[in-house]
Amino acid sequence: VESYIKDNFVPVKIHIKEQPQVFERFGVQWTPTMQILDPDGNKRHQFEGFLPPDDFLAQLELGLAHSAFARKDWEAAEKRFRHIVETLPNSDVAPEAQYWAGVAPYKRTGDAKSLQATAEAFKQRYADSTWAKKASVWGK
Amino acid sequence: MSITWREDIDAALAEAKANQRHIFVDFNAAPL
Repeated sequence: VESYIKDNFVPVKIHIKEQPQVFERFGVQWTPTMQILDPDGNKRHQFEGFLPPDDFLAQLELGLAHSAFARKDWEAAEKRFRHIVETLPNSDVAPEAQYWAGVAPYKRTGDAKSLQATAEAFKQRYADSTWAKKASVWGK
Repeated sequence: MSITWREDIDAALAEAKANQRHIFVDFNAAPL
């Protein structure tokens, strides 16, 4: 986790007693809260509470994936979402990553095949997740 | 090497923009 943060982010720590005005500015009500901002300072992801390392790492990668998605870099977004599913398949956010890994290529090509394939994939994996329900409308 | 945490959010925003890097902000209440 430490090396992932060093390699991918400018790391900032804000203490509630030292800088309550920064909590206010970023709409943070609870600790710990983690936010991922893009290079222009736009918030792209937030998560709260303690998490074990694998789930924490998956959240960091999810944030970067969502940031790529927001800037319409569909290829980079798909790669990052898929990487979560492949390398951290038991993390809490893996079903969400599998969902968006199917959306990104559809956004790039307009070909609904990736959505159908994702709906099928949810029958094999994460079938009980809320993301499987969301993807179910893509099935044939 | 441990993480070099920044504490000045505006300086970090400027650094991130200049280097086209994302920012990770840890809002915490751990003992100082």
